Amino acid sequence: MKKPLIQPKEISVEQRIYNFDEVVCGYTEEQALEEASRCIQCKNPKCISGCPVGIDIKKFIWYITQKDYPSAYYTISEKNNFPSICGRVCPAEYQCRKTCVFTPKDRNVAEENAINIPLLERFVGDYARKHNLALNLTEKIKTNPKLINTKVAVIGSGPAGLCVAGELARLGVKVDIYEALHLLGGVLIYGIPPFRLPRDVLYYEINLLKNYNVTFYTGVSVGKTLPFRELQKQYNSIFIGTGAGAPTWLNIEGESLCNIYSANEYLTRVNLMHSDKFPEFHTPINVGKNVTVIGGGNTAMDAARVALRMQKIKGINGKVTILYRRTQEEMPARKVEIDHAKQEGVEFKFLVQPVKFSGDTRGYVKSVLCLQCTLGEPDSSGRRRPVPIKGSEFEIETDLVIIAIGLKANQILLSTLPELKTTQDGDIIVNPETMETSIPNVYAGGDVVGGEGTVIEAMGMGKKAAQSIVQKLTIG
Amino acid sequence: MEELAIEHKIISKSILATDGKIRIIKLELLAPIIAKNYLPGQFVILMVTQNGERIPLTIVDTDTTRGTITIIFQEIGYTTKLLGNLSPQQNIYHLLGPLGKPTEIKNFGKVIIIGGGVGAAEIYPVAKSLKSVGNKIITILGARTKNLVLLEPELRKVSDEVYVTTDDGSYGEKGVVTDVLKKLLTQNEQPNLVYAVGPIVMMRAVAEVTKPFGIQTIVSLNTIMVDGTGMCGSCRVTIEGKIKLVCCDGPEFDAHKVDWEELIKRNNIYISQEKEILEWYKL
Repeated sequence: MKKPLIQPKEISVEQRIYNFDEVVCGYTEEQALEEASRCIQCKNPKCISGCPVGIDIKKFIWYITQKDYPSAYYTISEKNNFPSICGRVCPAEYQCRKTCVFTPKDRNVAEENAINIPLLERFVGDYARKHNLALNLTEKIKTNPKLINTKVAVIGSGPAGLCVAGELARLGVKVDIYEALHLLGGVLIYGIPPFRLPRDVLYYEINLLKNYNVTFYTGVSVGKTLPFRELQKQYNSIFIGTGAGAPTWLNIEGESLCNIYSANEYLTRVNLMHSDKFPEFHTPINVGKNVTVIGGGNTAMDAARVALRMQKIKGINGKVTILYRRTQEEMPARKVEIDHAKQEGVEFKFLVQPVKFSGDTRGYVKSVLCLQCTLGEPDSSGRRRPVPIKGSEFEIETDLVIIAIGLKANQILLSTLPELKTTQDGDIIVNPETMETSIPNVYAGGDVVGGEGTVIEAMGMGKKAAQSIVQKLTIG
Repeated sequence: MEELAIEHKIISKSILATDGKIRIIKLELLAPIIAKNYLPGQFVILMVTQNGERIPLTIVDTDTTRGTITIIFQEIGYTTKLLGNLSPQQNIYHLLGPLGKPTEIKNFGKVIIIGGGVGAAEIYPVAKSLKSVGNKIITILGARTKNLVLLEPELRKVSDEVYVTTDDGSYGEKGVVTDVLKKLLTQNEQPNLVYAVGPIVMMRAVAEVTKPFGIQTIVSLNTIMVDGTGMCGSCRVTIEGKIKLVCCDGPEFDAHKVDWEELIKRNNIYISQEKEILEWYKL
């Protein structure tokens, strides 16, 4: 009989909802060894094909079983510079764990019993951080002589950009990263809350890139602070990884009433600007007593859990409710995040479509009018379409709304580049083999190409772009 | 790209105007790349300290030889007070810009430019540029009192006519900018453009005056921002029923299309926190 999955410890609900500390604890050494020992070391491992950056999963897990954690780290590092980040935020149940031999072939999500590859990766990454193994790594690096004196500019310091920078810099390319905000990480810092990705982990892995001679410029919005042409003159290639940073609106009446936030704004105020520590940190935020989050993705879960923590921290006895047009089955959010939100007391209302916000005389939102829905035929996304029921209007009282219904590509740079081909939605069109855009020597990846995806998918695109850049720079 | 790595140092500071507790401060900041790529109408987002709030401020002037930009602000909230307390040679933590769409600079013909309060500083680069392409510039400057009238000599240099109003009548005409505007519109040949920057209620009043005359009226809106790059939507305004972002689609909009009621309400959303932080730091 197969041994069961080793479940990680989680901080209790009563403890965690009063702070932004990490919820899921990492494996202890014993747990990691036990989980690694469940891996049957397939002759022809399928897990690797499920990893967008192609980590040799079988090999690093084998090294864990041998207690050779440095070798496990070096194995991961051959493909991924950010094991502690990815080990925390990868939706592995749709990736490596889904292709793990323990998941039956016809499933669209991993079997519960599939090897917990991300937690093992996280264990190795955290071990490496504790023992500063990355220093040995820089010594091991062999630069490519043909790449000396080449320069690449990376626009945006999110997952895609960080990945490109790491891949190129370790081969000897001089990489400069341009970031508009004051801190690095893109969505990893403004979007993902610290209770899913602690900031010391994030900063540590980003700062490792400085060992490879990557230079970071913050406070630079390319297209505004300096023209794109300027970069084209100074660099051999440019990578655009500006992300999907623009909020989508419901386009219904009353959407700009006070206390209606985009998820991006609410999360940025807390995650990036530390509004939870106001007034020690100077950015204000409003904390509703009766918060409504609209949407069913990971961002909606993050926003709901952040809003809930804000209530607890400020001593407000309130509630947070998520409204979603379909049912839990169609929710794009990861199951683990839905579970965490539920455990923490977030309420869910399914099959509900908001149609209008109403406000009080001061202009603050006081209620949202909704329609009840049923599920119809599947739409282009393959999920069953929500169909509003005529005459089913009902009102939900609320004093703060967070809209988390998706993001679009940020156009601040793209709007200055008429020659850059984009889709109708404003995503950059690339050659999928090379990630090169319609402008020669200009590459793109991450959410600005694929729409809202995952951190590791962005890194996968970054990796592919880096490979094409290297090929072009070495062969010409 | 070494110029991008420089610290944003305060090169010079002056107290431009003061009246009782009110201080209007002018800072010259080292920011060579922003100075080089700036166009009139654009703004910066800055953070005074690492714990700071990100606030937008209009760029009033640049000096490409010195590599500096100039900002002018009234100490109102905690962040502007913190900024006003800095001394030359000190650095601010973060500076991003130039942001927003620049003003359309072309020969409109006759242009009435209105600046109220600190808005008087913000109209200066626009007046200068519009004058340089051959427009006839009529400037109306408004302030609460004589001591708070800003940049009058500078604006006189780039204007064909200048009118000053003060609320208390201590200087110029007693009244508000729209009193003069109404007179000019009824008595004289009508302008091709009215451009106004100032308190929101002033800009709304300007819009109400010009609307019946059908005169194109542009205002530069000041809203609460976070990133300033189109990411968060904090600065959204409703223009002809559609959501627009002041940081990217603006800051300038057709004054007759702005939902002023909503804007006024949204700009007051953190009033209680403003009080709280000022009390906390005893500023």
